[in-house]
Amino acid sequence: MSNLHAASLSIGYSGTHIFEQLDLRIPSHKITVLIGKNGCGKSTLLRSLARLLKPSGGSVLLDGKDIYARSAKEVARQLSILPQGPVAPEGLTVLQLVKQGRYPHQSWLKQWSDADEQAVTRALTVTGMKELQDRPVDALSGGQRQRAWIAMTLAQDTGAILLDEPTTYLDMTHQIEVLELLAELNERDQRTIVMVLHDINLACRYAHHIVAVSDGAIYAQGSPQKIVDERLIRDVFAMECRMIQDPVYKTPLCIPIGARADSQMIEGTGRDSVRMHKKGEEMYVG
Amino acid sequence: MRDKHIILRNRVFSYVIERRAIFWTAGLILALFVLICVSAGVGSLWFSPLEVLQAVFGHGSDMVQKTLFAFRLPRAMMAVLAGACLAVAGALLQSVARNPLASPDMIGITGGASAAGVGFLVLTGGTYGVGLLPLAAIVGAVLTAALLFAFAWKGGLSPLRLVLIGIAIQTAAGSLTSFLIIMSPHYIANQAFTWLTGTVYGNDWRDVLTLLPWAAVLILLCVILARRANVQELGEDVAASVGSRVNRDRTMLILVSSALAGAAVSQVGAIGFVGLMAPHMARRLVGPSFGAVLPTSACIGAMLLLVADTIGRTAFPPEDVPAGVFTAAVGAPFFIYLLLRRRRVS
Repeated sequence: MSNLHAASLSIGYSGTHIFEQLDLRIPSHKITVLIGKNGCGKSTLLRSLARLLKPSGGSVLLDGKDIYARSAKEVARQLSILPQGPVAPEGLTVLQLVKQGRYPHQSWLKQWSDADEQAVTRALTVTGMKELQDRPVDALSGGQRQRAWIAMTLAQDTGAILLDEPTTYLDMTHQIEVLELLAELNERDQRTIVMVLHDINLACRYAHHIVAVSDGAIYAQGSPQKIVDERLIRDVFAMECRMIQDPVYKTPLCIPIGARADSQMIEGTGRDSVRMHKKGEEMYVG
Repeated sequence: MRDKHIILRNRVFSYVIERRAIFWTAGLILALFVLICVSAGVGSLWFSPLEVLQAVFGHGSDMVQKTLFAFRLPRAMMAVLAGACLAVAGALLQSVARNPLASPDMIGITGGASAAGVGFLVLTGGTYGVGLLPLAAIVGAVLTAALLFAFAWKGGLSPLRLVLIGIAIQTAAGSLTSFLIIMSPHYIANQAFTWLTGTVYGNDWRDVLTLLPWAAVLILLCVILARRANVQELGEDVAASVGSRVNRDRTMLILVSSALAGAAVSQVGAIGFVGLMAPHMARRLVGPSFGAVLPTSACIGAMLLLVADTIGRTAFPPEDVPAGVFTAAVGAPFFIYLLLRRRRVS
């Protein structure tokens, strides 16, 4: 179900190419995380996978069929996307929002079937929004608001869920809360999840599959343990770092190293390419 | 769920309606009915609402019957219909544009309809009378919407561009109207000016029956489109994500809105601010869900225009002050209040 695949996909706005001839297979029933620098095109890629952005060439295949050969509603029954920073109309309650997720399953005559009611109730329960269902979305905290939007996406009841930076603007507690919820959904319902995340360490912790995007191409993809290393961070993010193992989760943990770090601090990284602090600056040697 | 909603479900259809929406719609319809009776009783001859009600059911003296059926009731019904059309047109636009400040008189639809109406009066020199004036105004509204699309469409319909270009078109249409009035002889200018300000004066049953089918069909269409309007309010990306064909749906909603505004303007002239105020008041009562906003804002719009017309008709005898003067007097401060509130929120 919901096998998502980009085949020689090209994306560009008015002449400039962002991606050319890109091939990407999203593993089904797994969590895939797209990482890369700001402006590298990872959000663009995610949007084109979800039919929000028409490719200039190639195609996105959902279960082997081009998503543009199907109706918007048909695709929306199999695949949902939560865009970055969505805004709810003033005064809209959580329940009213979550109900909108049922849109692709409804028609003018059938606007509230048993299936609709069950899906909405389940979405509210799973996200822990049942008690808050009558509260206006704009009166919720950032984490609750994001959970309400995720609940809407869940009510859509799709095999694949795409999320563009679902943790932006959230504090640490709420970031973890949202990611735990998504991991739980993946584990329990076998839903395919694809998201863009900025935090490499959280990406490594929650992703089964990481796709590193750089300069309009896929730099590397695979499990975090296999592909995320110091070289990848340097090549994709133009950043020096030191990789250690997360003592709790045993996933790669990235310690970013800024330009002002001195050589003794980073001793043991085995790297001489780390830039030294500028000449004339005071030096602190421990 | 069930304590706040009524669910209608069988094998053919299923609907869910918020109890709050039913409560307010019923209440407002009742209030509107009472208001019609009161309004029809007010004037140089005073009747109590009860007398009005009796007259409607065929009782009462000839004079009462005549005053009500020949003059006051058609006028009241016209105010009710036109007010409802303008309010629903505004509610639709506010959904599509995701901008609470959008309304037919902000994005040029009313202006275009007015310019076409005045153009018709000036060009024909009054020879055809006002019989064809409605048609001219409807054509003007739809043409303006088409023009708006031509300028605002850029691979899609961005609400912001729609509103900005709409303001430009509104201004241009206003200039054109002024030009036409200045260039025309006095008696036509006078006629055009009264029509422009928005007046329900001189409407008879024939006018009411001209507007009624338009209003009925278009508002019914809104009921069918309510789901789509709801989804548009979540923004382009979310709407597309849940399977809406965003550009097609937006086009459809804007066309219905223009036709509603054009139909209303054709009968009562350019009455401003009803389309802006009524949906806001409705949302205060029933929340933002379009299915609930639609009937409640229609009722509120009807009441606003009815009250404005009743005041215009009775407050400064023997002058019959156009209803548009009073809707603007309340509407302009309301608009500023909305602007200030929005600034505080953001």
